[in-house]
Amino acid sequence: MKKIMLDQMILTDCCPTNAGSKMLDGYTGLFNATVVEKLKEAGYEIAGKLPVGEFAIDLVGESCFAGADKASAAAKTLENDTVMAHIALDVNGAPRRVAAQNGLVFAKPTYGTVSRFGMIPVACSGECVGVMARNAADCREVLCTIVGKDEKDGTMHTDEVCKNAAAAAAPVKKVAVLKMPTDANDKIEATKAKMAANGIEICEIDAGVIASANAAWNMLMCAELCNNVSRYDGVKYGYRTKNYKNLDELYTNSRTEAFGLTLKTAILYGSDVLSTKNYMAKYDKAMRVRRVIVEAFAGIFADFDAVLLPAVSKMAYTEKDSAFEENAYTAPASVTGLPAVVTNGVQLIGPAFSDGALLALAEALEKEGK
Amino acid sequence: MKFETVIGLEVHVEMATKSKIFCSCSAEFGGEQNDHVCPACCGMPGMLPIVNKKVVDLGMTAGMMLNCHINRTTTFDKKSYYYPDLPAAYQTTQWFAPVAVNGTVEIETANGKKSVRIKQIHMEEDAGKLVHDDWTGTSLVDFNRTSVPLIEIVSQPDLSSAEEVVAYLERLRSLLRFAKVSDCRMEQGSMRCDVNLSVRPEGSDKLGVRTEMKNMNSLSAIVRAIEYETARHIDAIENGTEELVQETRRWDDVKGKSFAMRSKETAGDYRYFPDPNIMPVVIDDAWYDAIKASLPEFPEVKKARYTTELGLGDYDADILTGSRALCDCFEGALAVCGNAKEAANWLISDCMNVLNKKQLTADQLTIDGKALGELIVLVSDGKVGRGNAKKILEAMFEQELSPAKYAEENGFIVSNDTGLIEKTVREAIAADQKAVADFKGGKEKALMALFGKCMKQLKGNCDPQLLRTMLIDEINKA
Ligand SMILES: [Zn+2]
Repeated sequence: MKKIMLDQMILTDCCPTNAGSKMLDGYTGLFNATVVEKLKEAGYEIAGKLPVGEFAIDLVGESCFAGADKASAAAKTLENDTVMAHIALDVNGAPRRVAAQNGLVFAKPTYGTVSRFGMIPVACSGECVGVMARNAADCREVLCTIVGKDEKDGTMHTDEVCKNAAAAAAPVKKVAVLKMPTDANDKIEATKAKMAANGIEICEIDAGVIASANAAWNMLMCAELCNNVSRYDGVKYGYRTKNYKNLDELYTNSRTEAFGLTLKTAILYGSDVLSTKNYMAKYDKAMRVRRVIVEAFAGIFADFDAVLLPAVSKMAYTEKDSAFEENAYTAPASVTGLPAVVTNGVQLIGPAFSDGALLALAEALEKEGK
Repeated sequence: MKFETVIGLEVHVEMATKSKIFCSCSAEFGGEQNDHVCPACCGMPGMLPIVNKKVVDLGMTAGMMLNCHINRTTTFDKKSYYYPDLPAAYQTTQWFAPVAVNGTVEIETANGKKSVRIKQIHMEEDAGKLVHDDWTGTSLVDFNRTSVPLIEIVSQPDLSSAEEVVAYLERLRSLLRFAKVSDCRMEQGSMRCDVNLSVRPEGSDKLGVRTEMKNMNSLSAIVRAIEYETARHIDAIENGTEELVQETRRWDDVKGKSFAMRSKETAGDYRYFPDPNIMPVVIDDAWYDAIKASLPEFPEVKKARYTTELGLGDYDADILTGSRALCDCFEGALAVCGNAKEAANWLISDCMNVLNKKQLTADQLTIDGKALGELIVLVSDGKVGRGNAKKILEAMFEQELSPAKYAEENGFIVSNDTGLIEKTVREAIAADQKAVADFKGGKEKALMALFGKCMKQLKGNCDPQLLRTMLIDEINKA
């Protein structure tokens, strides 16, 4: 049986799901995520769970309670070819970064084509369940298994639209290269060369308003995160402080002791963004910027089949690097819900429902590389 | 100085749906504690809300009954606050685009008619219930009510007395019950209101300091609270007894006083934002028209029709139009039997009797109007005696049945067998010669005794007029 790993954001009723946080240490959900059910039905074996940075937003897991070196666990597991693929919740691009830095493929599908039922919620308006694998073909096989309408998720497209998106499609002929500064520029240049060898027309364009995706997504993501993690109060499940005299102290101390620094930062920022004082200037503005970016991409896709851009600023992180800054590369697809595929250390973004076409392009580039 | 009171109401009404607003748990009142719960309404991570279409149907219905404009695109939003009865730490409600806005409700009091403006109607989920145990000093939470669908009806500050508030609430209750949006039972908490009140010198166009009393659930308590709060405000303005501040107050009906709530319980920024897990609900023409077509006549329109077109008396029409269930049954029966007076009589006397015996309200009437009409026809055609018809009616409260079939199966069909009647009459006369002699001697009562015995022997299945004639004939022959 083909083995699949899951990340710690995906609920299973058989084993704990901790969201990479001390807050949910030992928490076992009461049900399986829809993607888990779909994989089992199709005959895949769920082989285990891999750690994530806290609530899947932490860059390298520096504040994750279970120890350092989290994010590359997926990469290490996939080195071992007994595991076919790893399913991860892409909230702020963490799995895309892991794939880029470790020479793996990751497909973040079009928003609303893979069910989010059973995901620990963080930033519901943009997070997507994606597939990491050693090559595009494996990625596609697993993606085709997990796409499809789920009555338990009210934000999904019709079953036909979901399935067509993941299926193979017309080849990509014209690619726009988004100019964004990165230390990993050699990967972009190498990909451009392979594309040219494949007869693909390439044209460089300015990032323009797309450069604002990072600021917009950080606001929206933190606002939604702040609201979604408010439920963890130490009463019904998860971590509870030993240090309290009344209910307020129970709430406050449980949260203070269990959440890490990045999460606290996100909670404070998100709370501020949603406050009556700042709502119009920040949250509402971010929603407007989101729409403008969607329109900017639509403009690009009138002339091109896909966009090529970096996935990371560098090939390895230190503790000084910030998730909120690294979002610059992954936020454009997160904030718009567009499909993104990471391959050869770079990122491809296509129009909605072009997941299959992006994977086909990734496959072509793989062959060129060997 | 003369003062006027300015009152606006926020009325919460629990909708009459079978299931909750975002999950399939039962929305029934009662049940064992935490019986009607699932991971979704307990706020567990991983569950996603799916909007119950019936809730939107009823939200639109309420909006149309209150002459509102219906927002064709209506959205759900998250309202964040910490309280143990709110398991996800947010309530899903409608903040940016509520289902209905800008309506009116007409009320009538001793001071005449008035139109109360409705600001908006929005749909939202209820919270759980805290159960405090003073003995152990603990609090427990019952999540049966979490995510039960509510509508909140927000009025403009157009009301100016306790009397008008009562008239407004009664009018809301009547309209919402008629449209089957809610049973509006204040004692069960399915209708409750927040009273916003301020006082100003008569004729002034500037509003005074406003206070809010939350969660009022009895009309008499509301009247007392408004009278107390009005007097307190006037006293503060005229005599400077205290400084009025904008605040939320709790009404203590036992003490007959209102108390300021701790600021901690009321202050806070709810940090509203659109719920990304719920797509905007788009109400297309077909949906809008279907709800429009399903609206009932207003009770007063029905009453006018019953008295003028159907010739019912004011009293009967009032009773019938006091309940949608009675109206539906009446109209169903009328369509079959064509006799409005008979149908009204059966409902007002016979059906109400059975309901009273069962300690049910008129709204809980479940019998089918068509079946009642058939029963009335059986009686007027002389096929079933009135006494037996009442027995059939009682059976109709227990189960759905065809009156004709039931009458046949239970031997309730009036016999046309004059031979059998003649035989019964002869036997009765033979057995009681004294009664015959008494009747001949002028004692009318003696005939009634014989009549009763024969009717009993015939199990009531005999036209009383026919029996009486045959009885007199036989006595005269004897
Ligand atoms: Zn439920």
